[in-house]
Amino acid sequence: MPKYLLIMRGTDESNAAMMAGIDEMIATTRQFIDEMVKAGVLLAAEGLDDPRQGVVVDFSAETPVVTDGPYGETKELFGGFFMLDVASKQEAVEWAKRVPVARGAKIEIRRVPGSDEVPQA
Amino acid sequence: MGTVDVEAVWRIESARIVAALTRFTGDFCLAEDAAQEAVAEALVSWPVTAPVNPGGWLMATARRRAIDAIRRSVALRDRYPLLTADTPPASEPDPDRIDDDLLALMFISCHPVLSPESRVALTLRVVGGLSSEEIARALLVSVPTVQARITRGKKTIAAARIPFELPVADERRERVGGVLTVLYVIFTEGSTATSGDRLVRPGVAYEAIRLARTLAALLPDEPEVHGLLALCELTAARFPARTGPDGSPVLLEDQDRRLWDVSAVRRGLAALARASTRGLGPYGLQAMIAATHAAASSVETTDWERIVVLYEALGRVAPSPVVDLNRAVAVAMATGPERALAIVDELTVSGRLAGSHLVPTVRGELLARLGRRPEARAELELAARLCTNRRERSVLLQKAAGLG
Repeated sequence: MPKYLLIMRGTDESNAAMMAGIDEMIATTRQFIDEMVKAGVLLAAEGLDDPRQGVVVDFSAETPVVTDGPYGETKELFGGFFMLDVASKQEAVEWAKRVPVARGAKIEIRRVPGSDEVPQA
Repeated sequence: MGTVDVEAVWRIESARIVAALTRFTGDFCLAEDAAQEAVAEALVSWPVTAPVNPGGWLMATARRRAIDAIRRSVALRDRYPLLTADTPPASEPDPDRIDDDLLALMFISCHPVLSPESRVALTLRVVGGLSSEEIARALLVSVPTVQARITRGKKTIAAARIPFELPVADERRERVGGVLTVLYVIFTEGSTATSGDRLVRPGVAYEAIRLARTLAALLPDEPEVHGLLALCELTAARFPARTGPDGSPVLLEDQDRRLWDVSAVRRGLAALARASTRGLGPYGLQAMIAATHAAASSVETTDWERIVVLYEALGRVAPSPVVDLNRAVAVAMATGPERALAIVDELTVSGRLAGSHLVPTVRGELLARLGRRPEARAELELAARLCTNRRERSVLLQKAAGLG
């Protein structure tokens, strides 16, 4: 069955807004997760730490080059995900609309192909 | 995708709306009718003006329709002042109350007073949020048939005055078992389609898994709920390998296990761990058998002796001829076809699975392995005649033909 990854993309501004109200955000997110669990659609959910603590391993050269800090530009950074098991892409969209996020953030929805499918280019 | 998708929103909201309205009006049938009217209105009005809060819109509209219906109904008029009071059901949702209502909705949809067909249709409709068309497609029956099952079910509930509440303690275990049976019937409809030309219909099985997850979240202390969920997840994990590119069935021994869904296996094992805290029931034991298969890289490396022991245990807690037949298959793998044939012959004599294609299928396989080819061929041909799934039937005929 189709699975969908809801990829959270925050900007510096939305991340700052989220951190300003982090306690409330944690509480509403917890409630939202509970709702998805009881709907039988949530497979996994994680939030990521500060992108500045990240490390990038770059394979452009013959040997991998390791650099500290976020990947690429600091706008629209991957901040976390929800993996949903829903009946349709439309349903994934409707769940995505309910995710508690700060203004300015975006959610990208990507389909996860089954183990018997070849991913579409 | 500029508009709001009514079906998708309904999938998410239906159970809570019908549950809240039933609690609110005390009338399950009225609540379900009102909810369906709200969906019909949404299908007309949302493409023109999409609501800002689609869930809230559906709840408010359904509530208005419920009040209209009550105004028209003399019998319910005494509840009218209560309903029009300024306390909409969704104004201050109490999470525990919502959970109890959702559970009560599952119990009423699977109530023993209903026919098995009505239980399945009502559960898919009110808890799963599927339309009559979707249910008809899932069950391979006509839309009017689904509608008739739902209407009949609702009438039965009304006539028997089934209250909208959680079962009392001494009925609880049995009622939970009743819900599990309905979910398992839905799952098996998807995992081994009893009719039609497709062997596996993952969409139907998925609905059962989703409902089982809901039940597991609402009843975390019921081991068999986790057992059923584990069984469904572990069985569904094999779906990608169970049919060939042309839709024909691939037997366990021939499956490309690299196609098994490892995430589903992991979820199944996690549910099984939760199920086994207080000893395994029938679903938990079947899940444990599926887990034993999942742990092996091939049929040869499978721990068949363990599977025999698990089938023996299953036969003790839930005796059934199908379990005996499966035990025979496991015995054949663990110790050889002779002892297995003895079990199958006992079954044949008892006549407990008369008319099913399963006994001659297994008997034919065992005879073939013993080199008794003419007898094997006759058994497989008999199995083909009894089998109702076209894909399975053609495999049986091929095998019979192969025996010369």
